[in-house]
Amino acid sequence: MGSARLYLAVAARGFRRYASYRAATAAGVFTNTVFGLILVYTYLALWDERPDLGGYDQAQAVTYVWLGQCLFAALALQGGGVETELMERIRTGEIAVDLYRPADLQLWWLAGDLGRAAFQLLGRGVVPFLVGGLFFPTALPTRFDTWVWFAVALLLAALVSFGIRYLVALSVFWLLDGTGVSQVMMILGVFFSGMVLPLNVFPGGFGEVARALPWAAQLQVPADVLMGETAVAGAFAFQAMWAVLLLVAGRLVQSAATRRVVVQGG
Amino acid sequence: MSGRMGTTEGSEGAFIEVDGVEKVFDVRRRKGLLRRERHQVRAVDSISFTVARGEMVGYIGPNGAGKSTTIKMLTGILTPSGGRLRVAGIDPSRERTRLAHRIGVVFGQRTTLWWDLPLIDSYKLMHRMYRIPDARYRENLARLVELLDLGDLLEVPVRQLSLGQRMRGDIAAALLHDPEVLYLDEPTIGLDVVSKTRVREFLRQVNAERATTVLLTTHDLQDIEQVCSRVMVIDHGRLVYDGALAGLHEVGEGERTLVVDLEREFPPVEVPAPARVVRVDGPRQWVAFPASEPAAGLVTRIAERYPLVDLSVREPDIEAVIAQMYAERAGRAPTQSS
Repeated sequence: MGSARLYLAVAARGFRRYASYRAATAAGVFTNTVFGLILVYTYLALWDERPDLGGYDQAQAVTYVWLGQCLFAALALQGGGVETELMERIRTGEIAVDLYRPADLQLWWLAGDLGRAAFQLLGRGVVPFLVGGLFFPTALPTRFDTWVWFAVALLLAALVSFGIRYLVALSVFWLLDGTGVSQVMMILGVFFSGMVLPLNVFPGGFGEVARALPWAAQLQVPADVLMGETAVAGAFAFQAMWAVLLLVAGRLVQSAATRRVVVQGG
Repeated sequence: MSGRMGTTEGSEGAFIEVDGVEKVFDVRRRKGLLRRERHQVRAVDSISFTVARGEMVGYIGPNGAGKSTTIKMLTGILTPSGGRLRVAGIDPSRERTRLAHRIGVVFGQRTTLWWDLPLIDSYKLMHRMYRIPDARYRENLARLVELLDLGDLLEVPVRQLSLGQRMRGDIAAALLHDPEVLYLDEPTIGLDVVSKTRVREFLRQVNAERATTVLLTTHDLQDIEQVCSRVMVIDHGRLVYDGALAGLHEVGEGERTLVVDLEREFPPVEVPAPARVVRVDGPRQWVAFPASEPAAGLVTRIAERYPLVDLSVREPDIEAVIAQMYAERAGRAPTQSS
């Protein structure tokens, strides 16, 4: 189909584009590795005191840390994906150029973001994950099908991640500047995706809420799928529900936004 | 409408039809802490015109006159508040994506290229986006690369191109899919003289070869003089002139200047009003007369009475004519508020 080729080309462009920033990639790998080390030792100390915290043993806690570092850039858990560029285009009015094109705005940016995510998973994620696996006891699955489920969970996580960031980016049509929302998104994203601590460890009502929010679909759920801590079907259903909700919301907001394109600087 | 209506065809031959189109924006202004005042701005106020296939039309007017708003409605990214609009028989705002395959858009101040990719990569994306058949794409690309001299630039990332190079790159991008109509918004802004000439030549050529309809907005009147056979002037959202470029002089009540070289110095020559001598410099005198009148009578009269050696007629500066037109309207029209 003609349009499938277009969006594949857009995704390939997203991949190449991020691949061209080699220094940034190297710096990112270094940062994620160092952060992983800090977190691993913190977690090890914590799990020494409270074994089985959140239902994880030590090896699982360590695996969780490295998985978080591996996915941090790919899933843009604190932002920094294509939405940065989209916000800038809306702010400057360049978005008008995109609207002249015979392409769907949301699919276009989604394709670009998936291309970016694919590169960052390989370019920034693999090394920290290997470091973790080589130097620490980890709990990785031996069954092949678990890895396949994990890959599916990752794809769904990428859709949810994009869904959130796309909505945040479109808010610039009304707010005219994305700095504030980006910061809110960053704080919420880092905490509620489980980058600080696995969401499993939070008790009571707060824990329930945290595990039901869309950010949980990004790191917590894929981690549990990988470590066999959750029923796969339920996990996918949870992720897919959020992906659909967010993407549909994105479409609705998009049509409202493009209707009000008074376009800055016309 | 004070302008003379020019050579517009009936709606059968019309490629672009604009009939009584308006665009009203709601503007909210803060008044005090919580109170907001709403008022309406009429960016385009009942404009009508048609453009035939293959015409090259200049669309000019001061900043904020409604040029860009009109173009945005013609491309479908803005919905008119009233009136009827058709481009190639399509209602742009209803079928923006379908229309997008048939139009090309070039912005002088914005780029449709991807700034961090080599030029050729942007073209490859256009190839997919507009679903251009492979053979057609190769053929068009080769032709555009040759005409616009892009050969050495294809592998260069767009951010490294000079303004003139980028502009040529943008024009090529807008034409890869053989659009039937090309909208150009300030295509020569910021370009040097050589680049400007090149862009204008190219536009004429494309129009001649492919009968591409061209609608050009610009502040550079030379763009219009060298490219367009017809000009539309918009001011305060209204079409104030639509016709041939030459007719603009008459409408603007401009004056032409007859420069006469006499055998020796004379006092200012006697000419019938409203013609008058505006300058004397040795044997050379400058006589201003209404642009709508032929120069012949005046020349004969001077030649009969004075030893005339040489003469030339200077056309009024079109820019001055339009400035005068704007000023006149501003003085005449009461400030609109609604």
